[in-house]
Amino acid sequence: MSFLSDDTIARLRDITEQPDLTGTRYELVRELGRGGMGIVYEVRDHQLDRSVAMKVLTETVDDEWRAEAKIIAALEHPGIVPVHDAGDLPDGRFYYTMKLVRGVRLDAWAAGGHARTERLRLFARVCEPVAFAHANGVVHRDLKPENVMVGEFGAVLVMDWGVANIAGTPGYMPPERSRDARSDVYALGAILGFLVGDPPRPLRAIVERAMAADPAQRYQSARELGDDVLRFLDGEPVTAYRENPLERAGRWVGRNRVLVGLVAAYLVMRVIVFFWMRL
Amino acid sequence: MNKILLGLIVGAVLGVIDGATAWFTPQVRDQMLSIIIGSTFKGLVAGVAAGWYARRVQSVPKGIVFGFAVGLVLAFAVAAMPDPKTGEHYWWQIMVPGSILGGVIGWATQRYGKPAPSGRSVATAAG
Repeated sequence: MSFLSDDTIARLRDITEQPDLTGTRYELVRELGRGGMGIVYEVRDHQLDRSVAMKVLTETVDDEWRAEAKIIAALEHPGIVPVHDAGDLPDGRFYYTMKLVRGVRLDAWAAGGHARTERLRLFARVCEPVAFAHANGVVHRDLKPENVMVGEFGAVLVMDWGVANIAGTPGYMPPERSRDARSDVYALGAILGFLVGDPPRPLRAIVERAMAADPAQRYQSARELGDDVLRFLDGEPVTAYRENPLERAGRWVGRNRVLVGLVAAYLVMRVIVFFWMRL
Repeated sequence: MNKILLGLIVGAVLGVIDGATAWFTPQVRDQMLSIIIGSTFKGLVAGVAAGWYARRVQSVPKGIVFGFAVGLVLAFAVAAMPDPKTGEHYWWQIMVPGSILGGVIGWATQRYGKPAPSGRSVATAAG
């Protein structure tokens, strides 16, 4: 009696999991990745002659999700991966297709040794589509570096929007049970912490405020959080941190290095003239 | 405040301060008034020039270089006038601080003040 090898079992499992695209406009190319709710494939859209990403949900889909898929499809923002199509496959599973993003995931991008300034600029750009979605009543619920793509030319795209009732990912999941825009703010704070590692005090305060256990103590929107990060980048005081006079002076000097240099050069010159004229 | 007016004010203030530093040089202390007037005038001219430039070119480094150059030229003109008592020229003593102050005025006019209107109206959808 012979048993099937692990490889064979894995191969059989893959085949059975593969979406049945019979009679659709799509042809399977390859699997791109797996998430909590489904599997993402690269498929060829023969009707429009282009490659798209297809997410096939492994969970049972209820009406709430279908309604939410429509809302997400209506979100038009350069930082949100557009949904092209949605429906049921012949095998009964729900799918939706979206733009195939070419680039790297944020976690892989962050491993590339980018400067803190560059990381913060990128983070502020992640906040923009999230704020836009919140303004349209959509909450992501599972923001994490794996759901952010950095395109070949630096474009930032947030993926996997608003899957209803998803639990979230440990480390990025807020402590509260009910989810609203502030839950995404918590996850954004965790992403910021992931991106900056051991930051200076004002930046650490931003992370801590975004990840406050009490949602009322957090930034109340992704825009507020992004704006505070931009203020930090511009050398301005951040709302999350009360600085002492010495820190304020240091920040001012750092922000006006050119002026300080010019005035210092002028004063040095004046001192030299003062002593020179006494020789 | 528009950039030319800002340049005028910054140039005047820095000109007065720069002229007042002559007090630390006993040889010229009796000419303080004319030095302060001359220095203020120099600051005003540099301020107007830097403000005018800042309305046309939005670049802090270029603004500083422009202000520096204007300050240098004006300071050269002042330094070219010899000391009435000794006939001596204070070339570098006047030109180096004068050009640095020009740079400060150039920085200030780039960093602050209202930029010139673009002159373009917003296109409408009906365009």
